[in-house]
Amino acid sequence: MEDIKVTDNETVEQLRQDYENMQAEIADTDGIMDKIKAMIKNNKLATISLIVILIFCFCAIFAPVVAPHDPTLQDYDNVRAHPSRDHILGTDELGRDVFSRIIYGARISLVIGIVPTTISMVIGTILGLMAGFMGKKVDFVIMRLADIMLAFPSLLLAMVVMYTLGASLINIFIALSVVNWAGTARVVRSQTLALKEKEFVEAAESIGVKKSVIMLRHILPNCLPSLIVLFTMDIPGSILSESSLSFLGIGAQPPASSWGLMVVNGKQWLFSEPWVAIAPGVAILILVLAFNFLGDGLRDAIDPYMKE
Amino acid sequence: MNTFKFIVKRILIAIPVLIGVMLIIFLMLNVVPGDPVTLMMKEHIKPELIERMRVEMGLNDPVMVRFFNYIKNAARGDFGMSYKLNRNVTDLILNAFPHTVKLTIFAALIAWIIGIPAGIISAVKQNSLVDRFLMSFSLIGVSMPVFWAALMLQYFLAFKWKLLPVSGYATLKHMIMPAIVLGWSSAGTIARLTRSSLLEIMKDDFVRTARAKGLKERAVVVGHALKNAMLPVVTMMAIQVASLLSGAVITESVFGIPGIGRLAVNAIQTRDMPLLQGTVVFTTVLIISGNLIADLLYSVIDPRIRVE
Repeated sequence: MEDIKVTDNETVEQLRQDYENMQAEIADTDGIMDKIKAMIKNNKLATISLIVILIFCFCAIFAPVVAPHDPTLQDYDNVRAHPSRDHILGTDELGRDVFSRIIYGARISLVIGIVPTTISMVIGTILGLMAGFMGKKVDFVIMRLADIMLAFPSLLLAMVVMYTLGASLINIFIALSVVNWAGTARVVRSQTLALKEKEFVEAAESIGVKKSVIMLRHILPNCLPSLIVLFTMDIPGSILSESSLSFLGIGAQPPASSWGLMVVNGKQWLFSEPWVAIAPGVAILILVLAFNFLGDGLRDAIDPYMKE
Repeated sequence: MNTFKFIVKRILIAIPVLIGVMLIIFLMLNVVPGDPVTLMMKEHIKPELIERMRVEMGLNDPVMVRFFNYIKNAARGDFGMSYKLNRNVTDLILNAFPHTVKLTIFAALIAWIIGIPAGIISAVKQNSLVDRFLMSFSLIGVSMPVFWAALMLQYFLAFKWKLLPVSGYATLKHMIMPAIVLGWSSAGTIARLTRSSLLEIMKDDFVRTARAKGLKERAVVVGHALKNAMLPVVTMMAIQVASLLSGAVITESVFGIPGIGRLAVNAIQTRDMPLLQGTVVFTTVLIISGNLIADLLYSVIDPRIRVE
């Protein structure tokens, strides 16, 4: 961007005025809340999904109150008990209450779904903004790196990370955070490129607003709708990855009550006491489905770029 | 840009991605603490012997030298020796590969046979009950943890109704359940894409013209819209093959199919680095070439995308 030399004071004042007017119409962040409210009114499926997610969150936060039993309490007189009034989903091979373990398992799945997704979104957003706004070499390097990350099948890459770091929950956090940023970076970059051509960005540049300020105040808020949708849609992937890694024995380790781990434990008694393996799988399915429906609803409601 | 130039350009872009992928895998796997020689030999060996082995295996060279050697050997199809199985990694992979290919092909067939018609029906009957049902159903497919779906099928199809064998890989019958499990989520993705793509095309002028000519709706959909709507679906199919290959990791583990995925999981569990490296590099190379082929195929079908 070459500097525009303005000598006439009136013109400077005019430019500044225009710039402020344009600022008012950009970054329509308040609109997002209205659109979400409209979605809640009109889209039943998305609303139900939101409620389901909130119920899961509630159970996870207040697990000690909600769960009828201690999830780690072993009761050897009551091993692999059928579902009953006391244990509504039966007990596992150590006599632990399956329902209580599922409730505690919601903590792992939700945290795994939300925290690494947030970290990878932040990384992806920063890199995407930089690539789109700085262009040239920075863009080239970041985007080739993104190409490489996207070329990996994400489960295999996570497996490699888990091999290097060792199997544990914390390491799944790291694995999922570093694996998933590339998709976000691509979306943010392409929107940045589009926004860069808009008048309000050019106006800001012409009166000498700093690049970092332009990125944060003008570009980022306009990417927000897409980011919210991407965020909702990336969570299910993280939840499924964690449960898959735990199922393969390279994720959460016993005695953690991770849903994937519970399914693999119950697998041995699939044909005699199927509830031990089935119940945690149903929990995964419901939570992931809820996030997917909500993501679909949000996309239709707030994202102007990503409509299928 | 002519076709030849386009193809050359795409291949030139793929090569650095490939090398980058290999570098990332190599660096991650070679920073692992723990000496591979001690891992191979177990206990009680003289330190001098260890040192000699290290020199022989080139483990004392700088990382970049080792990486260069690895690429050089890999290009000749030599992925080194497995630490634990005392066999050539390439042999192990080539033995396992046909099983994975068979599984992937069956899964892809299931995904297409279910996904494409479901998408077409949904689009033609947009917003009807059938459409809602099919789309919810496909979202369930995407949301279901693969390993859990596998257990469910084992429980019902194999155990309760005795229709199919529980696991194994001897006959075609053994392949049905794994293929359904693996193809299911791809079917969902393809159905959703077919639907949205067809809906998009149905808004085009030429479809309106066809209708205005008085063509029957069936002729409009099949003869005019479908051909164009399938373009993105074709690309998606190629990309799906990639996700099938990585999804095969879990499916193979559950059903006891001795494919590449199970090889990778075993490699992690036994901490067999060359084997893990070989399987991951091999799979990723397949996926990158698959995407490249899809790109080229797409440019032949739809020359418009060559103009960038």
